[in-house]
This record gives sequence, C-alpha cells and structure tokens, in this order.
Amino acid sequence: MTNWSPTVFTRVMLGVAVLLSAFPLYWMLVIASRTNADAVAVPPPFLPGGNLGENIVAVLNNEDAKFLLGLTNSFVVASIVTVSVVIISTLAGFSFANLAFKGKNVLLLLVLLTMAVPLQQMGVVPLYRLMVSMEWTGTLKAVILPYLLNGFGVFLMTQYTRQAVPMELVEAARVDGAATLRIWWNVVLPAVRPGMAVLGINTFMLMWNDFMWPLIVLTPDNPTVQIAITSLNARFSTNYTLIFAGTALSIIPLIAVFVVFGRQIVGGLMEGAVKA
Amino acid sequence: MSLDTLPRTARTPRRDHPPGRRWRSRVDVKAMPYVLVSPYFLLFAAFGLFPLAFTLYYSLYDYDLAGTTEWTGLGNYAALLVDEDFWNAVVNTVGMFVLATVPQMLLALFLANALNKRFRLRLAIRMSVLLPLVTSVVAVAVVFTQLFARDWGLVNYILSWFGVDATNWRAERIPSWLAIATMVDWRWTGYNAIIFLAGMQTIPRDLYEAAAIDGASRRRQFWQITLPMLRPTMIFVVLNSTIGGLTLFSEPTTFYNGNVDGGSQGQFQTVAMFIVKQGFREFDYGYAAAAAWLLFLLILIGALVNFLVVRRIGGTK
Repeated sequence: MTNWSPTVFTRVMLGVAVLLSAFPLYWMLVIASRTNADAVAVPPPFLPGGNLGENIVAVLNNEDAKFLLGLTNSFVVASIVTVSVVIISTLAGFSFANLAFKGKNVLLLLVLLTMAVPLQQMGVVPLYRLMVSMEWTGTLKAVILPYLLNGFGVFLMTQYTRQAVPMELVEAARVDGAATLRIWWNVVLPAVRPGMAVLGINTFMLMWNDFMWPLIVLTPDNPTVQIAITSLNARFSTNYTLIFAGTALSIIPLIAVFVVFGRQIVGGLMEGAVKA
Repeated sequence: MSLDTLPRTARTPRRDHPPGRRWRSRVDVKAMPYVLVSPYFLLFAAFGLFPLAFTLYYSLYDYDLAGTTEWTGLGNYAALLVDEDFWNAVVNTVGMFVLATVPQMLLALFLANALNKRFRLRLAIRMSVLLPLVTSVVAVAVVFTQLFARDWGLVNYILSWFGVDATNWRAERIPSWLAIATMVDWRWTGYNAIIFLAGMQTIPRDLYEAAAIDGASRRRQFWQITLPMLRPTMIFVVLNSTIGGLTLFSEPTTFYNGNVDGGSQGQFQTVAMFIVKQGFREFDYGYAAAAAWLLFLLILIGALVNFLVVRRIGGTK
C-alpha cells in the first residue's frame, strides 16, 4: 500500500500549492500595512509594516469611497438573498425529492437547464430595462431580485433531501395525519440542515463577490463593497495603501465565514461534485 | 389514500375529523407539491424566461442615444459578424480561456492526486487550497494588478533576477492575457483540485491494489486508472470552466481600473465586457442583446468541443 503515502515530490508540491494560495492574501496585508512610498519601492517590501490601523481608518473615513456603506450594503444584499434562496430551494427540493406530482420530471429538467444558461450575462439588457422602468436602478432591490432565482440551490436541495429524508419517514408522517407543510417543518427541515448550511455559505459568498450586475445597475453613491473597491481603484489609482486596506476589509467577512465553516465547505463541495 | 381507512397508530390522537377534513387533505396532497415549487418557477418566469425572451426581442431592434428605436430584423447580428471589435473580443475571450484552462486542468489534476495521499494536516491543506475561492474576485484582481505593475510590481522584480526586462503587462496582448489567466488560475485551480479529489475518492481502491500487484508504476496507475475513471468528474469541471471562462468579466475589468474597454487597444476586452460597453456605455441595447445571444452560441460551441475532447481523454486502449 505504498501507493497512499506521499513522495518527497508530492510533499513539495503541496507545500508550494499552499504557499501560492496564501501569498496574494499575505501581500494584501503587507501593502495594506505600509506607506505609499513603500508600496512603490524597488525592491518591494516583503514584511508587513505598522500602518494597518491607520490605513483602514483612512478608507473608512474617506467620504468619496463610501466604503462603510459598501460593506453594509453587501451584507444586506448577501443576507437577504441567502435566506430567500435557502428557503425557496428547501421547499422546492422537498417537493421534488419526496412528493409525487404530475410534470415533476419536466419541471426538474427545466431547473437543470436554467443552471446551464449564464442568465446574468444573457439577460442583462432586459433586466436593466426592467429595473429602469420600475425606477429601481441605484437601489439594492435591483441587485437582490434577479439573484433570488438560483437553479443550483433547487438542484442541490433536491439531491440532499433525497438522501437525507427517506420516503418512509414522509409516508409515516402522512399516516399520522400531518399536512404537507407540517411534514416539511417537522420532518424535512431538521434532516436537511447540513445541506442548507452548504447552500447558504455558497450563496453568501457568491453574492458578496458579485460584480458585473451591481456595476451596471448601481451607482458609486450607493455601492456594494466590490463597487466601492472599484471606485477606490479608479479614483485613487496610485494610493495603494488606501486601496489595499479596502480590499483587506472586503475579504475579512469571507475569511471569517471560511474559518468557521471551512470543514463544511470542503465537505459540501466534495459531496456536491460526486452527485452532480 | 384516505386517512380514515388506515389503521390508527398509537401516535395518532383519536379525534373526530371535522367535515371537510378529508377534502382538505386531498387538496393538500394534490396541490401542495406545486405550491412548494411555485416560488422558484415564478422567479424563473420573471428573472429567467422574461429576460431571455426579451433579449431576443431587443436584439431585433436598433437603439440609439437619442432614444429612438427601429426594427432591423437580423441587422444587429449581421453588423456584429463584421465588427472587428466584436471579433477582437471573441479572440481575447477564447485566447484567455485556453491560456487559463489548459494549465489549470493539468495542475488541478496533479494537485488532486497529491491531496489524495495520506499526510498530516489534511483538512488544513485542503482548506488552504480553497482559500483563493473564498476571497473576493475584485480584491484579488486589485492585488494581482499591483503585482503585475511595470515599475514596482513584484513579478517584474523577480523576473529581473533572471535578466528579463521590465514587461508592461497591461499594454500588450499576450502579456495581459498571461496576467489575467494567472488571476483566473489562482482562483480556480484549488477548487477544481478539490472537485477532482472528490471524484478520485469514488474510485475503488482495489483497482490500484490489483494494478500494483501486476507491477504497474504509480505513474502508470494515474494514467490508466485514475484518469479514465475520473471522466464524469472531468466533464463536470470542464463544462463549469467553459461557462465561467467564456463569460469572464471581473478580472479583466479590474485589471483596467474598472473600465470595460479592456486596455488602450481593447487587447483584453472579453465578450462580456463588450456587451456591457455596447449596452451600458453606448446604450445600444439591441446590439448588446444580439452580442449576448452570440455569446450564448459561443458557450454552446465551447461546451460541445470540450465535451468531445474530454470524452477522448483517458479513452485508453
């Protein structure tokens, strides 16, 4: 069974992979904690400096950047979308996995098809015109609404419910006289919680990172965090410490989520991949 | 299935059913499945079907800045097919896609193979290769843009040790593609490795044991067992990368400070950036909509080609 113990080459390769994965983040910290003169020095600085707090305060206090508003907006958008997508997907997943109804397979196929279409890029013109005619451009509504449609979520929860909730359990609850919604609440929800967690984390990260659609539909006055970084970048293009302090702030929530839920994220990704 | 005819279990409270109870439970069983899936399909109608249909509609009209619209039939499509800027965007998109995806797939495969061994800190190492995925795209693109800066960027500094002259990564086509492909690969290689790893773990171990007994080397086992058995996972990964790669937007846009021109000569403007530029900088909605349909066509072609390529990979004799 020597096959399963790593060779020296494998160990080195893993080490390099870990280093390369972490390096840009380390670099972000190095520049964010330096002065502007250091950021453009040759040779570049390799160790963090002592100005991190100062630079972060500068970004947060910068009137033009609206960075704090960006962080808040992203948090609001990502939270609302995450909660809605998880609920919508869990309901539909239960229906597809455990209930019998006519046209089920056709509808499920439709869900799969929507997963394959990059709707965000494809439908961008009508979606924008829709937001204009409703006078929603520049508001968070315009960012939130299109993302409530998430075929991946329905697919994931269907697969997860199939495996986590045996049909006998649902039938038994029915015999006991429980109505469908009650079964969902008392039998299905407790069983599919891990799947909901994976979907929730996934959706939150996706929304936090979203860029193209907010860039089109929002203005720099009311940005998400990614738009706030972009305006920083455009307006203060040589003020690296300011920009980097902003990018560091923008990934702190994601790193926090990752540290807390890392095990579930790895597990969820691996499980999802095998089932797909 | 009527509730009343079924034997009562101990858990069922004995109580008289009010009139209409049976009818209500029938409605519940028949209708609830549809009610439960309806939120998704209502959203699908509003934000999926409607935009798709109207993209087609818009693409048949000519819009100009003054706000007048005029029916042009397939005029937008005809104009796109002879538009040098559009073809430039197509070439850039496909070029960066190939430049990013080929090394990424190979690296991810070998990384997955390494991650599949037994070693200490396994979860920690798996998590750290996923770290790039959970950092925000724009933040990362900003960092890489600084790393690739001409005068003080770390990349040029390191290259100078080997006597390479400072490259202006943003100014020229191939260097800009390389810089952007690096950003894409940094982000996705670890993710794809984890997906490949999941696929590898479904391969029965006795296959390897049998091969080892027959004297097959590790390398041979990788090529003759791992790769062919991994084909379904590979199809998933490649299709995913095709959709993501051909709709590339965030990295190249951030590389040019949030501008969708893609460089002074459009040397790294992708099709997605072209669509945003036409639709939302020049307000030529019809043209942008037609370009969106052509992008969709490009993705279909890309997915088909990749699917055929992957089917051949590992098709061992």
